Amino acid sequence: MRDRFIQTLCQLAEKDPRIMLITGDLGFAVLDDYRRRFPKQFINAGVAEQNMTLVATGMALEGHVVFTYSIGNFPTLRCLEMIRNDSAYHGANVKVVSIGGGFSYGQLGISHHATEDLAIMRSLPEVTSVSPTSLGEVTEATKAITLTAGTCFLRLDKDKGPDGPADEPFVLGRPRLLRKGSDVAFFTTGGILSEVVKAADQLALAGINASIYSVHTIKPIEPDRFIQAARSHRAVVTVEEHTIHGGLGGLVLETLADAGSFPAKFLRIGLDGCFSSVVGTQGYLRTVYRMDAASIVQRTQSLLSS
Amino acid sequence: MNSIPSMDTVDLAKRVRIHALHMTSTGGSSHIGAAFSIADILAVLYGQIMRHDPKQPSWAGRDRFILSKGHAGAAVYATLAEVGYFPTKQLKLHYQDGSVLSGHVSHKGIHGVELSTGSLGHGLGVGTGMAKALKLAGQDQRVFVLMSDGECDEGTIWEAALFAQHHSLENLVAIVDYNKIQSLAPIAETIALEPFRQKWESFNWSVVEADGHDHNSLVKALCTLPAKSGRPTVIIAHTVKGKGVSFMENTVLWHYRTARGEEFNLALAELEKS
Repeated sequence: MRDRFIQTLCQLAEKDPRIMLITGDLGFAVLDDYRRRFPKQFINAGVAEQNMTLVATGMALEGHVVFTYSIGNFPTLRCLEMIRNDSAYHGANVKVVSIGGGFSYGQLGISHHATEDLAIMRSLPEVTSVSPTSLGEVTEATKAITLTAGTCFLRLDKDKGPDGPADEPFVLGRPRLLRKGSDVAFFTTGGILSEVVKAADQLALAGINASIYSVHTIKPIEPDRFIQAARSHRAVVTVEEHTIHGGLGGLVLETLADAGSFPAKFLRIGLDGCFSSVVGTQGYLRTVYRMDAASIVQRTQSLLSS
Repeated sequence: MNSIPSMDTVDLAKRVRIHALHMTSTGGSSHIGAAFSIADILAVLYGQIMRHDPKQPSWAGRDRFILSKGHAGAAVYATLAEVGYFPTKQLKLHYQDGSVLSGHVSHKGIHGVELSTGSLGHGLGVGTGMAKALKLAGQDQRVFVLMSDGECDEGTIWEAALFAQHHSLENLVAIVDYNKIQSLAPIAETIALEPFRQKWESFNWSVVEADGHDHNSLVKALCTLPAKSGRPTVIIAHTVKGKGVSFMENTVLWHYRTARGEEFNLALAELEKS
């Protein structure tokens, strides 16, 4: 996803001299093409993410569209107050890009697991938060946040999500229906969509038809899809490589409750209130924390038969 | 285009202090000592040094000013009102329910404030970004960031200091209100900053020391910027917390205390006869 982001940013930067990319001393090799082509639109702020965010705000207030770039929690949690007080409160065109959503850097340990960022960023007023589920959505999301005034958050995953054409257009804030079923509605965000697609394929073999929705935008959100799905399916299941507290699961539940529309059965799949202290690949950790395709199948079947 | 206003900065500072006293007493707010500490710096900046136009707060040619020590916001509001950004009668609303004049300086609904602050250690980094953008655009506007001494405990100050010197931001001017008292005790007893000048010098900034209450000293420091070509400048302004009211000067107490009753009358009398 990060390569697709950089490719898209190169296309945008060529036409828009306001675009500035500031990295917190990360992006070895990945940023080379951008740096070579747009040296005047690139800054390495060094290992100083908070100052990176402050500088980005100052430059944005002077007219730039500034992308801050780092991994995991560094550009988000570490800089939370700068994003809140400076970028967001001033409506500054700062686009916070975090590569390494969820367990993307699973082997590197807890410091590099981004498992609360969606919940935390989602709570910030006037911050658009986007978590693409496929490469096509990365392209669209990068373009969309560039055009969106104010502060945005783009969460990129190592898992590039499933291939395949997108039937529905990408509209910021509107979940995309990727597959239509009638038994269970899956809402997912990030590259873990690939596990959800595999799970839906396996469930189909067992006679369970699943709808799949990409919730690529966490904020703002149009509630209609959640409400319709709750009414037309036997169960609603959210899947996120993230804590189930306050992230996508929280978003869907809050939205449904606000609308007075309660699904017959509901399940949040994700990290359940614990630190992901186990070390391993993204795929391994999904298995350990019961959010891989096989776990999604088993947990969905249990939910439907309960 | 409007450039540097010329006014009696000593009288301006006096009026700023009197406003700040009224504002904090009426509102029941803290930080009068911090506001008095920077009154002369603000008067010199807005009265003599900065290019700005109260009639056009967003004029692109203006020098930028950030109060990073947002808790002294009363003094900035008073200065902005006195130089014409909004009516001085609006100052009565400071700290009141529904007011746009919050205790810590805020840009919402107010002309002339570049950045809302209140959490320390943010202003220099944002100012650094502004200076970088202005330099890239080939503009000659300066960015002034007024910080407190205790604020220099924040690591982000030194992150910004590194960045600014690396990028040779000679259009960036940090001013440290060095009154040597922080929240609970003197700086020296809390987290000592000395040798302070050498810290900035070692970060490759040009350092100018000034008497933060002597307008000639401040003008001298601020009228020949950058102090050294290719480097950001820090002006270490030696100040007295609570300056202008004898019983408030150099005390930790008046970081927080609100002047009421007889204390208010005594303070006002001292300021008015100054």
